[in-house]
Amino acid sequence: MKVRVAVRLKPAILDPQGKAVHRSLQQLGYSEVESVRIGKLIELEVSASDPEQVRMRIEELSRKLLTNPLMETFDIELEDDGRDHD
Amino acid sequence: MNWKMTVETTTETISRWGVVIFPGSNCDKDALDAVGRICGQEARPIWHRECSLDGLDAVILPGGFSYGDYLRAGAIARFAPVMEEIVAFAGRGGLVIGICNGFQTLTEVGLLPGALMRNVGLRFICSEVYIRVERTDTPFTRRFRPGQVMKIPIAHNEGNFFLPSGPLRELEDNGQVVFRYCDQNGEVTPESNPNGSLNNIAGIVNRGGNVLGMMPHPERRCDPLLGRPDGVDLFRSMIDHLAGR
Repeated sequence: MKVRVAVRLKPAILDPQGKAVHRSLQQLGYSEVESVRIGKLIELEVSASDPEQVRMRIEELSRKLLTNPLMETFDIELEDDGRDHD
Repeated sequence: MNWKMTVETTTETISRWGVVIFPGSNCDKDALDAVGRICGQEARPIWHRECSLDGLDAVILPGGFSYGDYLRAGAIARFAPVMEEIVAFAGRGGLVIGICNGFQTLTEVGLLPGALMRNVGLRFICSEVYIRVERTDTPFTRRFRPGQVMKIPIAHNEGNFFLPSGPLRELEDNGQVVFRYCDQNGEVTPESNPNGSLNNIAGIVNRGGNVLGMMPHPERRCDPLLGRPDGVDLFRSMIDHLAGR
């Protein structure tokens, strides 16, 4: 099963990287872009079939290693929920 | 520290230091040299897989790029086998100092509050800065004068100290801020803040006062050959403390 963990900086945290990209976009004429925040996308291949179980384990490892809860939040997306769709 | 007192009976014993080496550490030799050759103490490297700190009086987590700084600086080093021992060692009151990458690792493992984020200017900064000594009653700073200004090198990409406002106030109220970036006259100004750190914070201690983390590199300012040896008094403070002086 493929799992994606999207890691984002908390809203209160300054994101100088996003700011720099925003400035650059404005210089390129994309004035409609109002803000840019940059995060990370982490893809994991997981050998398990129970999506509930997978979600629990991924939440745990995201808190433990993939993110720093002080400054980051994360969302988990399971690509294949392991169930049959008719 | 109580632990220490029961072991030491004489004041002239040479203290025993360990310098942790993770894959990617690169300031370990400087730290060993500062404590060993310059300060005349017994200093040995500790491989990151070691599981015993027996017989050590103080531990240094040196600068560098442990595990390539992948994911976040210090995030992977924090799970190295030796870290469990360091947490226990700190819990017994042992002296621990994390410099640069070592500071980042100490925050990741939770021995120190806060996080070191990307520098506000988005550039790796390698330069000399001034820091002001805010506390002289810690084991790390007792040889300094209150408000003393040190000239000291920094070399980092993630040195921007962050803590949410509530815990930051607590940190300040507890007097846990030991060093602040300042100008050469000791004034703490926005211009003298190299990386965007909140409240110009360059170094902090834990509540117990026996764990210090700092971004600047005192070990690079210990040999007079390299300029004013402002950093050596930090290690000598620790040696005094360990000797019960």
